[in-house]
Amino acid sequence: MTRALISQGPLPGQDPLPPVDMSTRLGDLELPSPVVTASGTAAAGRELDQFFDITSIGAVVTKSVMLQPRSGRPTPRMAETPSGMLNSIGLQGPGIDHFIEHDLTWLSERGARTIVSIAGGTVDEFSKLAARLRTVRGVAAIEVNISCPNVENRGLVFACETGSASDVVQAVKRHSDPRMPIFAKLSPDVTDIVSIAQAVVRAGATGVSVINTLLGMVINTDTMRPHLAGTTGGLSGPAIRPVAVRCVWDIRQAFPDLPIIGMGGIRNGNDALEFILAGANAVAAGTVIFHDPSSPMRIHNELQRALAGHGFSRLQDAIGYAHRPADPEPEPDDDFDFITE
Amino acid sequence: MAVQVRGEILDVRRSGAYHVLSLTAPGISEVTRPGHFVNLAIGGEESSMLLRRSFAVHQVQSRGVYGGTLDIVVSVKGNGTRWLADRRRHDAIDIVGPLGRPFVLPKERVNAVLVGGGYGSAPLFMLAEQLRERGCRVDVVVGAGTEEKLFGTLELKRLASTLTVTTDDGSLGERGLVTDVLPDVMDRVNADVVYACGPMPMLASVARIAEERKAYSQCAVEEAMACGIGVCMTCVLPVVGQDGITRMLRSCTEGPVFRGDRVRWSEIGTIPPDTLGAPVQGGH
Ligand SMILES: Cc1cc2nc3c(=O)[nH]c(=O)nc-3n(C[C@H](O)[C@H](O)[C@H](O)COP(=O)(O)OP(=O)(O)OC[C@H]3O[C@@H](n4cnc5c(N)ncnc54)[C@H](O)[C@@H]3O)c2cc1C
Ligand SMILES: Cc1cc2nc3c(=O)[nH]c(=O)nc-3n(C[C@H](O)[C@H](O)[C@H](O)COP(=O)(O)O)c2cc1C
Ligand code: FES
Repeated sequence: MTRALISQGPLPGQDPLPPVDMSTRLGDLELPSPVVTASGTAAAGRELDQFFDITSIGAVVTKSVMLQPRSGRPTPRMAETPSGMLNSIGLQGPGIDHFIEHDLTWLSERGARTIVSIAGGTVDEFSKLAARLRTVRGVAAIEVNISCPNVENRGLVFACETGSASDVVQAVKRHSDPRMPIFAKLSPDVTDIVSIAQAVVRAGATGVSVINTLLGMVINTDTMRPHLAGTTGGLSGPAIRPVAVRCVWDIRQAFPDLPIIGMGGIRNGNDALEFILAGANAVAAGTVIFHDPSSPMRIHNELQRALAGHGFSRLQDAIGYAHRPADPEPEPDDDFDFITE
Repeated sequence: MAVQVRGEILDVRRSGAYHVLSLTAPGISEVTRPGHFVNLAIGGEESSMLLRRSFAVHQVQSRGVYGGTLDIVVSVKGNGTRWLADRRRHDAIDIVGPLGRPFVLPKERVNAVLVGGGYGSAPLFMLAEQLRERGCRVDVVVGAGTEEKLFGTLELKRLASTLTVTTDDGSLGERGLVTDVLPDVMDRVNADVVYACGPMPMLASVARIAEERKAYSQCAVEEAMACGIGVCMTCVLPVVGQDGITRMLRSCTEGPVFRGDRVRWSEIGTIPPDTLGAPVQGGH
């Protein structure tokens, strides 16, 4: 073969997509596609728009933004691990005002649906962020990143304790437009994720985003010291997928109707289908974007094919399908004679 | 603007300690400028190595039967670069590029000194050609640990008015570091600008030497990158802006080429306390 393999785009030409209604609902929020970006892996959409049309996916979930500009942690901030990576970015960002002026405005003008992720060190900071967002247009939903250290409580992560998780969500709820959908982003580093989900739902969350990264660590065997400047970091990528699927499954068991955005190691349409079957109403592409910047679009298309392959004409019929009662045992067939020879 | 394309390996050849890979990269090579880099997916579709590996573009060819092609110079370090070195003709490869901000070229005919450490000389070839086309004088200094780790000295000799070579062990050229000989070269040719690519400590010294001589410096840095396209914030370093404020800038999109006098070299790997948004005592 001497012909160069020249095909524009990451995938060679494929058959047209089979007809499947891919729309999904997150409470009152309707999305034309269940695929969104995971916070912190897509910045504010602009860079990814080079690789695919960001208005074609469900929504852009933006990097968690804080009240003030923030420098983040020293480098090294990342380590590649088997089928995953550790990151310790430390929420570097420009602060809410700059975000609204530059990023949110751009996203609105571009016509993208935007879920704004917010993070804070105190309950009051979350309140102020919500109040600030109440004054602007172009926010489809708020995702509350409660996986940050609570500076008023010995740096204990809000997401790890029902009381502080619910305090944050309540504060955001109180300061937001009552119709604004609010998603609490849960950490898997807890004994019982269902009880945290319960707490945030009671506090007024519309739904939950699961999961954030798992705390991990790599020691560099050359320097014989922790590889990350921040010592520990968040583990993401396919390595965490079974943990994430289990979290979605458990929460769906406990809440038949709660909107869930599922994520953790999704790499292709079949992985996305796994989350949908476990009970997710939408799925987020995270670390896979670093591997394949076109992946959110690709995952949408692959999911559509996978659903059609299983005979689904609507995505919504597949949500939680793995929870269906066991298939009835086939009736023993009395008329059947075994021929053993 | 960067694109993602499926390319093909055309050739893998040895050059000293390195492997030079030629790839088809339609849509990328045509718009690549000196200092741009590309990100390659590693290990096939189900690879457990999720992150792309970054390589400076060494050469581009935009015509011919293959459409656009480009060359990279690979130094085998770990599993990812090993996988690349093991590629064969016709293997497919997923490429994202061109990435980053390239070297800034002068408008006037200036005297430029180009400094490369190890495979850091790879992006200097295109740069030397384009500077020469603009009528600039180009002198080159390259150095490496050993002769094996020098890249492309014969070719550079052709491109440069003078070529100065150093090795740590004296196996070729002068024994020592590029930065030992750089001051003399700069003074001899009355250098207006220095372009450099190589390890961070080398870049730090080059920037200082240039500043002492009131010359501009353009340094291409190498920071660990998870995405290479500006979405993850892993690749940052402290850089002073025109407003005098230090920010943690992304080397993949705001670099990899920075003005040497703007980077706070000795504080890379830290958050200088006066950085915008730096942690306050008792805070985060
Ligand atoms: C802008 C830029 C240009 C580069 N140009 C070249 C080039 O022209 N030729 C060349 O041989 N190398 C170049 N490098 C370095 C090259 O990307 C790394 O050597 C390579 O990623 C190592 O991968 P590995 O799997 O072999 O090593 P491992 O050490 O196993 O890699 C583990 C992880 O660390 C990252 N990593 C390790 N070392 C480096 C490094 N030095 N820089 C960035 N990331 C690193 C890898 O990407 C990977 O995610 C460049 C790096 C950058 C950022
Ligand atoms: C580099 C990086 C930065 C992240 N930043 C944030 C963040 O700012 N806020 C947040 O809620 N989650 C953040 N996450 C977590 C992701 O949104 C996601 O929950 C997690 O990575 C699991 O999904 P994945 O395996 O598909 O990446 C980040 C993840 C990575 C890899
Ligand atoms: S490598 Fe991701 S922002 Fe630079």
